[in-house]
Amino acid sequence: MDHVIAARAQMGTSLAFHIVFAALGVGLPLLVVVAEGLWLRTKKRAYYDLARTWSKGMAILFAVGAVSGTILSFELGLLWPTFMKYAGGIIGLPFSLEGFAFFVEAIFIGMYLYGWERLSPRAHWLSGWPIAISGAVSAGFVTTANAWMNMPAGFRIENGKVVDVHPIAAMLSPPWLVEVLHTTIAAYVVTGFGAAAVCAYALLRRSAEDRRDQVRAGFTIAMVVAAVAIPLQWVVGDVIARFDSDNEPAKFASLEALFETRRNAPVTIGGIVTGDGVRYGIVIPNGLSLLVALDPNAEVKGLDRVPENDRPPVAAVHYSFDTMVGSASLLLLVAIAWAVTALRKRAVPRWLLFGIALSGPVSVLAMEAGWFVTELGRQPWVARGLLRTTDAVTIAPGLDLQFYGFSFVYVVLAATCWWLLRRVGTKPRGGERTDVSRSAS
Amino acid sequence: MTPVLGAALIVLAALSLYAVFGGADFGGGVWDLLASGPRRDAQRDAISDAIGPVWESNHVWLIFAWVALFTCFPPAYADIGTYLNAPLTLALAGIVLRGAAFVFRNYASDSPPLARTWTAVFGASSLIAPFFLGDAVGALATGRYDWTSPFALSIGVFAVTLCAQVAAVFLLRETDDPELREDFRRRAIRATLAVWIAGVIPVLLAHQAEPTFYAALTGPAARIAIAAAMLLGVAVMLLVARRRDVLARAAAGAEVLAVLAGWFGAQFPALVPGRWTLESAASSPAMLEAFLIAAACGAVVLIPSLLLLFAVFKSPRAPANER
Repeated sequence: MDHVIAARAQMGTSLAFHIVFAALGVGLPLLVVVAEGLWLRTKKRAYYDLARTWSKGMAILFAVGAVSGTILSFELGLLWPTFMKYAGGIIGLPFSLEGFAFFVEAIFIGMYLYGWERLSPRAHWLSGWPIAISGAVSAGFVTTANAWMNMPAGFRIENGKVVDVHPIAAMLSPPWLVEVLHTTIAAYVVTGFGAAAVCAYALLRRSAEDRRDQVRAGFTIAMVVAAVAIPLQWVVGDVIARFDSDNEPAKFASLEALFETRRNAPVTIGGIVTGDGVRYGIVIPNGLSLLVALDPNAEVKGLDRVPENDRPPVAAVHYSFDTMVGSASLLLLVAIAWAVTALRKRAVPRWLLFGIALSGPVSVLAMEAGWFVTELGRQPWVARGLLRTTDAVTIAPGLDLQFYGFSFVYVVLAATCWWLLRRVGTKPRGGERTDVSRSAS
Repeated sequence: MTPVLGAALIVLAALSLYAVFGGADFGGGVWDLLASGPRRDAQRDAISDAIGPVWESNHVWLIFAWVALFTCFPPAYADIGTYLNAPLTLALAGIVLRGAAFVFRNYASDSPPLARTWTAVFGASSLIAPFFLGDAVGALATGRYDWTSPFALSIGVFAVTLCAQVAAVFLLRETDDPELREDFRRRAIRATLAVWIAGVIPVLLAHQAEPTFYAALTGPAARIAIAAAMLLGVAVMLLVARRRDVLARAAAGAEVLAVLAGWFGAQFPALVPGRWTLESAASSPAMLEAFLIAAACGAVVLIPSLLLLFAVFKSPRAPANER
């Protein structure tokens, strides 16, 4: 395998794997503290059981997220040392801050998971909040580093050397806020739909008749989170697209597969991307000009403005973008349908339960596709305009072996996780070693 | 103190805390692998209960040290990542499998085959991770990046024995069962003997094959630290044998810190011997300043949280409230 390809494959696989656990690590603590809070308030057993069940899932997912995140922090240096040599001194600050946020998460997850019998119910509930908050904060810090890769800021280059570094300006590069919002909300979208999907599946299968109250409570909490998050995500996504059309024209032209700069630019959905255009796509005339500037005559920059060797892989970016928007549309429809039945206090019909069960995987697909858009859309740069991916890669040998090795580990971890989550989800109590009272043995 | 030295000390402090606490967790895994005798399952349960609430936060010290290194000393980080790619990748594989296996086996206790498999993975990876981390440190200290050299490998073995020793000493206070405690006491004494032997071998090998590093080891700072480590090693043995378990804990922790201080003292002021000193690898003053401020603010949140965690789970047994 080609050296750069092997490094990119390894980094990409690691991120694609980690992002799912990271998102659930941000969102699940919120669901758990909401469930436990409802228990404290209402004293209904179903909420307590729900919080316990979810927290077992959280324990497994968080551990895998923590170790796969460790892989990533190491891979930055093991695969892209030249990039880190450049970037570490400019964009290191948010990574260090993320270190602290992750610390708080890890400390309180230990307290929460093992504290059910050791802390008072109220103290235990309170110990869940720092996990939920620092999870979102640490995701935010990491995303600012990604924003910097898209638009490096906070330094100058003089005679080939980085000078005049402003760590805060680097951390707050222009896209930071929209990217942080988009990423964090994605975590709640995935967790909301993911947890709701599990409950919907149980309701459809009628597999948890003895715990129906618990499943229904979980379903409602998760759907509320999902139904709040998905419209917000649409708004932020729209802001990002406009931002990109101004500031990251190569990415924007690629995701819309717009090859020539023009007025009355259309939206093209799907199609077959060739070297200089799109065939058989669904074309909405003037759509893109309208979306970007609310004016059909507005000019939109195409790929012809981007030098040939600075262009991202157009087809991959375009299909990823369509996948993201398509999946997000389905999620929005499902959320609206659910909100309507909930507001009219109707029972959720079976077809909708089926749709919600499907929206779990669809939300993961949307997130992965969105991440593909931003990463592939930045190519061929690792830090746009500063350093090319091909120049950032390590000179260490044996990358293809590492890629196969870690891919194998990911498959095993994913399979075991799946199996264990099914087990803790279907068995109300027991099966874990965090319940043990350590007072006497 | 200069900002450069301040940043270096923060990295060293994070690494040291990782070596003590993260090391104890790895050592727990080693004893899990070596669990034996009539109380084999009870030993494993005590190890699980001791590690469970704290391993994830102990593990963050490593990530923090790694991230602080690339923030404050990026070219040194790039060289370490490049030339120690192989041992660090192997250590990483161990770290990943250890964490995942620990949780998997704890949540699979109603499926014996699965629990057995992941228990084996947990034990094996707890050996692999400290071995290759130690090996990487050995390869770095000599400045030759030769991770397959006998010296580097012997540091790997030394790291494993040190982890096992600290874990056994720490476990003395993690159980109320007197018999179980004696199991760990025997293990603590054996591990301390192993640390003595495994600690002498790298010195002999350095004397023979790594003249530059051996000369550095006999410098004043390193000499004091090594003498302190040796004395503390003796103290651990005496305290464990005399059942002064709390003091033994402190001595074992201090011994690890002295070992790291010896390494740092021998290398100082080189960060990557022969290539980068602290000064030549340091980020811009603006970045170091931002990092130090961030670290100070972070510590305000971190230290009370950590103390709280240890107060809840590591204080003398409080009766659990039933629900």
